[in-house]
Amino acid sequence: MNGFASFFQHLAASGIDLPYLYDSFDAARFWHGLLLTIELSVVTIAASTLIGIIGAWMQASRVAVARGIANVYVEMFRNTPPLVQIYFFYFGMSTLLPTVQNAYGQHLPLLGGFAWAALSLSLYAGSFSVEIFRSGIEAIPNATSEAAESLGFTRIKAYQHIILPLAIRICLPALTNNLVNLIKTTTLAYAIAVPELLYVSGQIWSDRGNVPEMMVTLLVIYLVLVGILVAFMRGLERALKKPGLGT
Amino acid sequence: MKREKHIMDRRVILAGVAAAALIGLGGGQSQADDLQQIMQKGTLTVGVKADYPPFGFRQANGDIVGIEPDMARDLAKRLGVKIALVPVVASNRIQFLQQGRIDVMIATMNYTAERAKQVQFVPPNYYASGYNVMIPKAMKATSWDALKGKTVCAIQGSFYNRGASEKYGLQLSAFAGVAEALTALKQGRCVGFLYDDTAIEGQLLKSEWSSYDMPLPSQDAEPWGISVKKGEDKLAAKVHDAIVDWNKTGFILKLETKYGIKHHSDFVVKAHDAAKKG
Repeated sequence: MNGFASFFQHLAASGIDLPYLYDSFDAARFWHGLLLTIELSVVTIAASTLIGIIGAWMQASRVAVARGIANVYVEMFRNTPPLVQIYFFYFGMSTLLPTVQNAYGQHLPLLGGFAWAALSLSLYAGSFSVEIFRSGIEAIPNATSEAAESLGFTRIKAYQHIILPLAIRICLPALTNNLVNLIKTTTLAYAIAVPELLYVSGQIWSDRGNVPEMMVTLLVIYLVLVGILVAFMRGLERALKKPGLGT
Repeated sequence: MKREKHIMDRRVILAGVAAAALIGLGGGQSQADDLQQIMQKGTLTVGVKADYPPFGFRQANGDIVGIEPDMARDLAKRLGVKIALVPVVASNRIQFLQQGRIDVMIATMNYTAERAKQVQFVPPNYYASGYNVMIPKAMKATSWDALKGKTVCAIQGSFYNRGASEKYGLQLSAFAGVAEALTALKQGRCVGFLYDDTAIEGQLLKSEWSSYDMPLPSQDAEPWGISVKKGEDKLAAKVHDAIVDWNKTGFILKLETKYGIKHHSDFVVKAHDAAKKG
């Protein structure tokens, strides 16, 4: 055993038990859990932002059906608890999908826990992002889109090149809030046995009874993860800053 | 200062002696032990589970039946008294015994050194339960190694989760409750369910799990003990004789069969074999 691990083993003997730093079994599952939390965060941040952009476009569409779909989606996913959504997708929805049969006669679902967690969290955070992007779009004066139209932009080109770039700058602070919340909400995936950070920490503290140490560890890690996201979003805000817009 | 302290000490000792004498007198007047009281009343009161099929559960008419209630009835028959069954749960069962609301407890209680300080366990232990896994019959597993690398559903926080995954290489998918884990098993999200063997037996009694079985040996079995109130040696001796005789006759094995348990407890089988040899 190396000096690093033996130091933390001594620390454990003196009352501060951080097994993910000296026990190879706990270390393997803990760091895998951290990796999974990061993966889940990155996937859902990307997917929910994309959903937000498309949804806000549909909300402003001339086609009534598109507007209707976007509005129903927002109401459904924004107004129900995310844990209930995860359970619904994992246990309820997956039975409606086709399954493959294995050698023991069991019917295997096509999507696993991680896929359902990623899908359901993306849809949940996406519903908020739709409203956030709408707030940005509606802050752009009508005169801007009329000017774009008179320059020969089609509606979608104007959205893509003029309205959305301006709207994003306006709604970035609100979007940051939503994405911060999303990272914290990834912990709900523990309910469907996705071995992310909270799940593995729970396994470790029920084996060892070191609840306070694991709680502190969790808080510190989420502070760091969210801190990284916030720093990135601040940087993005600064990089996109246009003199004269919104001041 | 020193002298004052001496006086104080003497007073304390005197008071203590007086109190001890009073307690001694009071106790001496009604020094009937539990066994005598049971014979006088003509009733043996036994604490059993009423929510743990097949070990102790209620029939439709409200009667408490099961392996442990049957053991209690046999015990009363040996003493030649009537039986009264009192349903207990894990959180109150020790208090029931300490307060004298039950004479004997047969309620799926693990023997632990900590509990042995609070109640008097009667040797030998009568049963044992460990963890096991419920898997499809079609898997035809004959050893735990067959589950290596396979995803198995479990309950979050079970103390044997780590042991099972370290020793046998199970990939555990742990859920908050039994209902979620069993639903995940039914939906094929795992090949088996890791849980207490006695509770799995209870599930296997249901028709929905008819294509599942518990073919592997239980692991880390912890013994269950019958207990009486501390110091009730005469009653304990009677209970001890009964357990020894049950082991000889295979009484508990017969009860397992009677209540539909498909896999005899290794612990009881070994106790029976040892008793038969003498």
